[in-house]
Amino acid sequence: MQFSKEDVRQIAKLANLDLTETEVDKMAHDMGEVLTHMEQLASLDTDLVAPMAQVLYAAPATASLRTDEVRERTRLGTADALANAPLSGAGHFKVPRVIER
Amino acid sequence: MQDISSLTIAEIRSGLAARKFSALELARAAIRFAEAENPKTNAYLTLCPEVAEAAARAVDDKLARGEDPGLLAGVPVAVKDVLSTEGVRTTCASRLLERYVPPYDATAVERLKAAGAVMIGKANCDEFAMGSSNENSAFGAVRNPVALDRVPGGSSGGSAAVVAQGTAVASLGSDTGGSIRQPASFCGVVGVTPTYGRVSRYGLVAFASSLDHVGPFARNVEDAALTLEAIAGRDELDATSAFAPVDSYRAEMKKPVSGMKIGIPKEYFEGLSPETGDKIAAALDVLRGLGCEVREVSLPHTPYAISCYYIICTAEASSNLARYDGVRYTSRAEAASLGEMYRKTRGEYFGMECKRRIMLGTYVLSHGYYDAYYLKAQKVRNLIAGDFSQAFSEVDALVAPVSPFPAFRLGEKMADPMQMYLSDIYTITGDLAGIPCMSVPCGKTREGLPVGMQILTGHFEESKMFRLAYAFEQAGGVA
Repeated sequence: MQFSKEDVRQIAKLANLDLTETEVDKMAHDMGEVLTHMEQLASLDTDLVAPMAQVLYAAPATASLRTDEVRERTRLGTADALANAPLSGAGHFKVPRVIER
Repeated sequence: MQDISSLTIAEIRSGLAARKFSALELARAAIRFAEAENPKTNAYLTLCPEVAEAAARAVDDKLARGEDPGLLAGVPVAVKDVLSTEGVRTTCASRLLERYVPPYDATAVERLKAAGAVMIGKANCDEFAMGSSNENSAFGAVRNPVALDRVPGGSSGGSAAVVAQGTAVASLGSDTGGSIRQPASFCGVVGVTPTYGRVSRYGLVAFASSLDHVGPFARNVEDAALTLEAIAGRDELDATSAFAPVDSYRAEMKKPVSGMKIGIPKEYFEGLSPETGDKIAAALDVLRGLGCEVREVSLPHTPYAISCYYIICTAEASSNLARYDGVRYTSRAEAASLGEMYRKTRGEYFGMECKRRIMLGTYVLSHGYYDAYYLKAQKVRNLIAGDFSQAFSEVDALVAPVSPFPAFRLGEKMADPMQMYLSDIYTITGDLAGIPCMSVPCGKTREGLPVGMQILTGHFEESKMFRLAYAFEQAGGVA
């Protein structure tokens, strides 16, 4: 399968990912190679097979639900939540301007 | 004090009880040893002497008061740097999180600490656990302590290396497609991937959520079993964690294996390096000698596993890594608009393998391709899981190689990502099916490189897996 530089740029746009020209070249080659390998799946008849999203075990459908109460263990104060922020202020994460006035 | 690099958990327990050494002395010796060894292997990204000494003092205080200091009291451990540790930076071996300090402990880490373990540092790994050689770390590759020109395997290469070099008695890693078992086999230690949901993933930085597992490394089966016992079990903070009760693996593993039926999946012996094949054959002779019945079985969908796995894991990774956008997690590229900030931050701070997986995942999930790739892979996953169900209706356990070949040289596979992906062929199937599997040391090649034997059992049958591993180890294994 051929994967063009234009294909790479399109997917990178969807992924919000800047790539250098060198990376675009390398990515076109690598994705072509990997996707070619993946084409082998088409040869397998799976019409009657159900998709498996993850491993599930027998438990009541509500087993993982809980009452809506604050748990001490997962309490995260504003200061802790912002401690790793690149930029914060007035109790918020700050980002570049989103809407022009 | 005894040589720390060969201490077992049982020896630490008896040494502390007999006051031969204190937990603090042990912690300090482990830190000193780690500081001396690390320039050779780069296995630790962070050492945390203050945290270790405080934990060790707490163990010594409990001992002085006559209290039970816990199952892993005083045991020096390391934790893969994708598991959150309160107050100790957690980088995921990525420049993106170089300065990230989590405000809480992962559940597995919290349980280790509650059992009295002493965390001495954070282990290097592939960036966001993506890789099979530990060469994708933004902070430099890890060298295999057994052969310094070789990779330790990946992605939990650091966690395997610290146990092999002896600076930690046990460690935690994560396994999405083989990232515990393959480095364990390359470094000659025991590595366990438990049943999906057996160990909570709360606080594990997510890579591919339907495949991620947390599990232990140790130098022998008993220590691995003990460490798993300490961290396993239901956690209400992880909705996917299982309710099934946790066995006493220590007690269960000592039961006899005579009469156990072992299946040899024939598809796992194609394209194997001859020396690895010889070692596994020798291991099967040992198991026969212990009274096990060995027969061939088939897992017919194995040839489709690599494609299936790399579709599912990249799809999930592209979604999980979307959170690294420059807003919340330490690193941000300067930009005039929000969109530009997202694109530049991600472009600047992610390494090439993460970018490749984000791109592949975005592609297989994109409009028009979803059915052909992601949905198709989920169906094939069901077939692969069905292969195992069928096999376990005939046999108690499966035995196979972990990797087609022993540790390769640094740089050998870096240029060709497809070759790197293909090296995961025997390990990704266990993750896709969510069954417990482990790597047990199985002799060395003529060059002195460790070989690993893989044992796989049905869901929640860790006890059976440990029984076989323990019996094999006690019988002397393979030279």
